[in-house]
Amino acid sequence: MSEKVYDTLVVGGGPAGYTAALYATRAGLDTLLLEKLSAGGQMTETAQIDNYPGFAEGVDGFSLGDAMKRGAERFGARTVQTEVLSMDLRAVPKRITTDTGELLAHTVILAMGAAHRHLGVEREQELVGKGVGYCAACDGMFYRGKTVAVVGGGNSAVADALLLSRICKKVYLIHRRAQLRATRVYHDALMKAENVTFLWDSRVVGLLSEKKGAAAPFEALCGVTVEHVRSMERSELAVDGLFISVGRAPASSMVADQLTLDESGYIVADESTETNLPGVFVAGDVRTKAVRQIVTATADGAVAAHAAEEYLARS
Amino acid sequence: MTVLHIGAKDFENEVLKSDKTVLLDFFATWCGPCRMLAPILDELAAERPDVKVVKVDVDEESELAARYGVMSIPTLFVIKNGEVTAQAMGAQPKAKLLAMLD
Repeated sequence: MSEKVYDTLVVGGGPAGYTAALYATRAGLDTLLLEKLSAGGQMTETAQIDNYPGFAEGVDGFSLGDAMKRGAERFGARTVQTEVLSMDLRAVPKRITTDTGELLAHTVILAMGAAHRHLGVEREQELVGKGVGYCAACDGMFYRGKTVAVVGGGNSAVADALLLSRICKKVYLIHRRAQLRATRVYHDALMKAENVTFLWDSRVVGLLSEKKGAAAPFEALCGVTVEHVRSMERSELAVDGLFISVGRAPASSMVADQLTLDESGYIVADESTETNLPGVFVAGDVRTKAVRQIVTATADGAVAAHAAEEYLARS
Repeated sequence: MTVLHIGAKDFENEVLKSDKTVLLDFFATWCGPCRMLAPILDELAAERPDVKVVKVDVDEESELAARYGVMSIPTLFVIKNGEVTAQAMGAQPKAKLLAMLD
């Protein structure tokens, strides 16, 4: 019995992955998309997306992801819900091992996206969901009327601080520089919020906890140790929650030994989406690029599917 | 079996006094990662008759959420004979959920 070989396997079910699957199936390629959870990727953490064109009133990220999936399925794209364990991208055909078995394909489109970057402070992982969080849109409501801190200075940090300022009693924004990196539109709104205090040139160096919870007692965050980056002076800040928003880390570690990555771990490819290996293409946030947005991810997906189609026609 | 939605008044009978292992999900209708997890929980409930999958809406059951120290959603607990034996935060792939049940 000969094993089935797909024309293309798409790894990751965010906007890049489902656009690649849409274009690939419409081009007649036998396509399978691998996703460990369900559609949407990082978009699902955003309640209101206002910068993806075509939605006059904006759209929530989960619905957009689900619509992208169904749009691709209308043309025959299929999804398997499985976790990829390893990939052999040099093999002919290319081989992907998942927790439900092995899959073969002539081409692979990598669209694994990125995940929250950790702060790297001691006990961070232990206190996730117990005061430490990465998604203010998800967990902000648990801090109604409480005091919280946000770490970071980019757009998402400022958006988080703004959202929390409407729910919480007090919000500290802790940033290691003397000014924000965020876009103007976010700045002005945050500067106007009366319950937001900025801690400039500062970083979080320690997490403090105490016992909480009745049915399942656990250690929860009760404060942070903040250090000034120049004077090195330390102080303790009493907070109920700490939201970490210090950028994204590409989900590329699985292919680091086969593909060329840049120093931050992004898979190196230009607008052609071609990697250093023939038949392997990369789309979306995991690719080296200047602007990481939903709209640039979908654009990559289309280009990668086209590149896969051309590669298959040549070989 | 299908997923069971419950509140505080049924909690003792359906969860703490359950003969079966309970997979308890604290969620909210507006939370993206919770919605990502939903089809996985439906599938698991259908495939594992030995497990009772129970969902609690944190917007309606804030006291229950507080009792379990839920400060992030989704938060999942495995409860056997009334005792928490495993816990996870955030949307989890099915294989991870199955491992938690063992």
